[in-house]
Amino acid sequence: MRIRDWATGYLLILPAAAVLAAFTHLPIVRTVRDSLFSRGSAIRPARFVGLDNFEALAADPVFWKVLGNNLAFALGTVPASIALALAMALLVDRKLKGQGVLRLAYFLPTMLPMIAAANLWLFFYTPDIGLLDQILGRFGLPGRNWLGDPATVLPCLMTMTVWKEAGFFMIFYLAALQTQPPELKEAARLEGAGRWVYFRRVLFPMLMPTTMFVLINAVLNAFKLVDHLFVLTKGGPNNASNLLLYYIFEHAFAFNDLPAAAALTAVLLALLAGLAVTQFALLDRRVHYR
Amino acid sequence: MSRALDTVAAWVLGALWIAPLVYALWAAVHPEAYAARFDLAAPLTFENFARAWAQAPFPRYILNTFVLVTAILAAQLVLCTLAAYGFARFAFPGRDTLFMLVLVQLMIVPEVLIVENYATMARLGLVDTILGIGLPYMASAFGIFLLRQTFKSIPKELDDAARIEGCGALGLLARVYVPLARPTLVAYALVSISHHWNNFLWPLIVTNSPEVRPITVGLAIFGAPESGVSWPLVSAATLISVTPLLLAFLIFQRQFVQSFLHAGIK
Repeated sequence: MRIRDWATGYLLILPAAAVLAAFTHLPIVRTVRDSLFSRGSAIRPARFVGLDNFEALAADPVFWKVLGNNLAFALGTVPASIALALAMALLVDRKLKGQGVLRLAYFLPTMLPMIAAANLWLFFYTPDIGLLDQILGRFGLPGRNWLGDPATVLPCLMTMTVWKEAGFFMIFYLAALQTQPPELKEAARLEGAGRWVYFRRVLFPMLMPTTMFVLINAVLNAFKLVDHLFVLTKGGPNNASNLLLYYIFEHAFAFNDLPAAAALTAVLLALLAGLAVTQFALLDRRVHYR
Repeated sequence: MSRALDTVAAWVLGALWIAPLVYALWAAVHPEAYAARFDLAAPLTFENFARAWAQAPFPRYILNTFVLVTAILAAQLVLCTLAAYGFARFAFPGRDTLFMLVLVQLMIVPEVLIVENYATMARLGLVDTILGIGLPYMASAFGIFLLRQTFKSIPKELDDAARIEGCGALGLLARVYVPLARPTLVAYALVSISHHWNNFLWPLIVTNSPEVRPITVGLAIFGAPESGVSWPLVSAATLISVTPLLLAFLIFQRQFVQSFLHAGIK
């Protein structure tokens, strides 16, 4: 009986395990292996070069710029998305006219593909005829090349990303708010706590598990979503808006430099592994609130 | 007083949030001269839609996406249900280790492994096929995790009762577990559909002909600044691309949002 249970168990997980092994685990191992080999060609096979590819990365100023961009992108989008999501949830949690319409308006960008969102925003940022420059023009302010200027390009991408994802995180806060006991607010009011004190001392700590969940997802998005770059900037100008995954794409499919692409992927894998460990540590703490 | 202020803030934010879509709609239904001129007397036209529709094979792209999303979902439902059932109800050596290995995919998503997965697809001869786009997603750690949780919450007494009546492992799965896990399966399906309808990077890499390209890739090629298409046309094409999923969302709004929540809170 036990042996039969074993066999059934293995057979049940086999199909999924095979696909996962072929497209997740094996590629991870291959990435690490390839990152340690030189570029092979028809006449000269790839040979083991140790950490040479990583040393080359470390010596590449663009790599550091891209890594810095990605960290800035995460720092610029994650807290803003979370704050806005929470604000949205608080605004539409109570009864008000048009509650459904407002929730829909906040949530709708979430349902668009990133490519479509980028198409919509491209026209806002177009110099002179774009919406942004036209509004500035009304106030007699000069326009600028928003996506062509290294100083503004990353903030422009961040703004669009925040617009795209805040509504998604809002629904988790809305769900969490609905489980808060109303007596809590009543008690805080009787104690004479103002709105801000209630939020900071009672509500925000209570929402911590939701914030952790949203935080991990937002950080993950900052590293895995680069679709908008294809439409808006192609990583430019001069790599000012390039992000790690897009840089990997360039190395593999435009520069045809596979060892560098493997080394870059290994860096990204390490970052994500770090994120996973952080999540584990945070999830442990989450128990306190249950 | 503060309530009124909150209401104003909520509406201002709402207007700001919906503006890009409203604006795209404005550009799409007016002649190009009005793309950036807001004149309520501007003449309405559907020509932008007609021209966008004629300039690129949008029906084909949408059909490709539909086939892709359906194939991925069907495979995911079967593979994830089987695996989740195995993890939830059978004891076998190495089960916990294997489950941890499955969870790796939650963080190391297929998007990150584009380079190696492209090489694999080239070896398998699946480059530029719909199967090639879908295959890496067909086993989903997220789906396995979600269904395993649901299966574990089903009382074991139901098992025993069905077993006495002569049900095998698969019969049990089909007659007891799957029907009871229906809400989870629906939630997972809606999340999967919205994700894969909108997915872009991997399909871009692994396809190169209009016969297999999904709508996101088709739209990106159509709207690329290099292709020099005018703004109203891009707006019209963008609206064409997002309409199927948006329509489904508007009709089943509650179910979609419930699904995202269900899938997120676990």
